[in-house]
Amino acid sequence: MEEFLQQFINGLTVGGIYALIALGYTMVYGVLKLINFAHGDLFTIGAYLGFTLLTSFGLADKIGPFAAIAVLALMVMGLVAVIGIVLERAAYRPLRNSPRLSAVVSALGASIFFQNAVMLIYGARFHVYPQNLLPKIALNVFGLYVPFVKILVLVASVAMMVGLYVFIQRTTIGAAIRAAAIDQGAAKLVGIDVNGVITLVFVIGPALGGLAGLMVGLLYGQIKFTMGWLYGLKAFTAAILGGIGNIPGAMLGGLILGVVEALGSAYISIAWKDAIAFCVLILILIVRPTGLLGERVAEKV
Amino acid sequence: MLLQVVDLKVKYGNIEALHGINLEVKEGEIVTILGANGAGKSTTLMTISGLLRPFHGAVYFDKIALHKKPAHEIVKLGISQVPEGRRVFDTLTVQENLNLGAFTCKDKARVQKTLEWIYELFPILAERRSQLAGTLSGGEQQMLAIARALMSQPKILLLDEPSLGLAPLLVKTIFQALKEINRQGVTILLVEQNARAALKLAHRGYVMEVGHIVLADSAENLLANPEVRRAYLGGK
Ligand SMILES: Nc1ncnc2c1ncn2[C@@H]1O[C@H](COP(=O)(O)OP(=O)(O)OP(=O)(O)O)[C@@H](O)[C@H]1O
Ligand SMILES: [Mg+2]
Repeated sequence: MEEFLQQFINGLTVGGIYALIALGYTMVYGVLKLINFAHGDLFTIGAYLGFTLLTSFGLADKIGPFAAIAVLALMVMGLVAVIGIVLERAAYRPLRNSPRLSAVVSALGASIFFQNAVMLIYGARFHVYPQNLLPKIALNVFGLYVPFVKILVLVASVAMMVGLYVFIQRTTIGAAIRAAAIDQGAAKLVGIDVNGVITLVFVIGPALGGLAGLMVGLLYGQIKFTMGWLYGLKAFTAAILGGIGNIPGAMLGGLILGVVEALGSAYISIAWKDAIAFCVLILILIVRPTGLLGERVAEKV
Repeated sequence: MLLQVVDLKVKYGNIEALHGINLEVKEGEIVTILGANGAGKSTTLMTISGLLRPFHGAVYFDKIALHKKPAHEIVKLGISQVPEGRRVFDTLTVQENLNLGAFTCKDKARVQKTLEWIYELFPILAERRSQLAGTLSGGEQQMLAIARALMSQPKILLLDEPSLGLAPLLVKTIFQALKEINRQGVTILLVEQNARAALKLAHRGYVMEVGHIVLADSAENLLANPEVRRAYLGGK
């Protein structure tokens, strides 16, 4: 039982990270009907920016570890959001009226560009996050000892998701995002600046993806320029699982995928860890291609 | 002149859909555009609203050139469209649809007043306010589409075939509402295939054929015009 709960918490933690990345896929798909294949690389960039900021300013010594991580998170989110905006302007906006395939190719190109840029700047080897940043304590949660960093990641990702959900469901801007995803033309006719909405989506998605990269760095310590590929693919699976285009679906899909993966690798075999995600993807595409919460059939890309 | 369309030409790819349209709407008027399928009526309205760009000609609203402005700024100036096929936000509630209709208005008190007026105009929407728009009947969706367009407090309302696919009784309800909306000071440009109802309501009308305006006259004269009667009023 204890083993189960331990794995369950592990699953939720990594699932929260998948969910944050999945939100970027799903929100962009919602308004542009495009899979942003470069999104996984924005996640990587978040991890590397976090590394650079953490190691070059010695923030933790000056303002303490918690304030440092908060400042770091905000900076990473802001910087990756800027990259997201540039990505949309440079790679997607010029192709808005071109055939769908052009934008897909452009997305793949952007992905390759980002991945190589990170490799050229940082090199191809692993980088290791400073390990003495957070207090090395484990908290007692209902009799389980959970490392502090895990709790921090889990709480932060849940807080982000709740915040986003409230923003999307309760504010006028949130409603405008949903409206633009349903019918761009009708959204323009009520006076919504659809280009502005798209820019906003390319702020929120990359910011959350970059934050997820920082979280992975803090949680596992090691980062590599190719990390975005696997995380991206898993988050994409999570978005499909929840129903691509559906925001609560991406959150749910991420958490479920994380838990299934953690339990699967504990009870079946750790070697199967990555395969489990893809089995889930194949299964969902066969059994319920619209995903758990999706209504519209995902279009081919 | 509130709205003025001057020698408007619009292309889809290489195909020219409008070959030089001229039309005018004065403040307070109801003007209708009649025409068969594919004549270019929707194209005209979409160009006025800024969703399509003309390659020639101009659209002026209160002397402001619209044809270079983005769609959302055109709404802000006081031009609102009820598009063909209603296009309500189907997975949003009625209330959310109406709130988005007021997206360009920051004055909360005025928005509230408009909302009250709309619930008076279409009481059924008040009952349905927390229901998803996609679950409304066709007639209710049309009312919602009109209500949503009114929420921006437009000076001129463009309507694209609001009677399409509705039972005669509902058509009557909708046209009565249009009359009331106009009485409250909103100018109306109405595209219709239901020529009889449209001409009874309108002050003036234009007849469009394959990208040209072929007739422009008072509604009375158009109703009496043998050509119009033959082509659009079933010959009676
Ligand atoms: N998106 C488009 N791409 C290419 N051609 C189009 C497009 N939309 C309309 N057309 C063409 O432009 C012409 C005018 O179409 P439009 O929709 O304006 O006609 P309409 O008068 O509104 O017709 P209806 O009464 O059927 O709504 C038609 O020949 C139509 O085929
Ligand atoms: Mg039409």
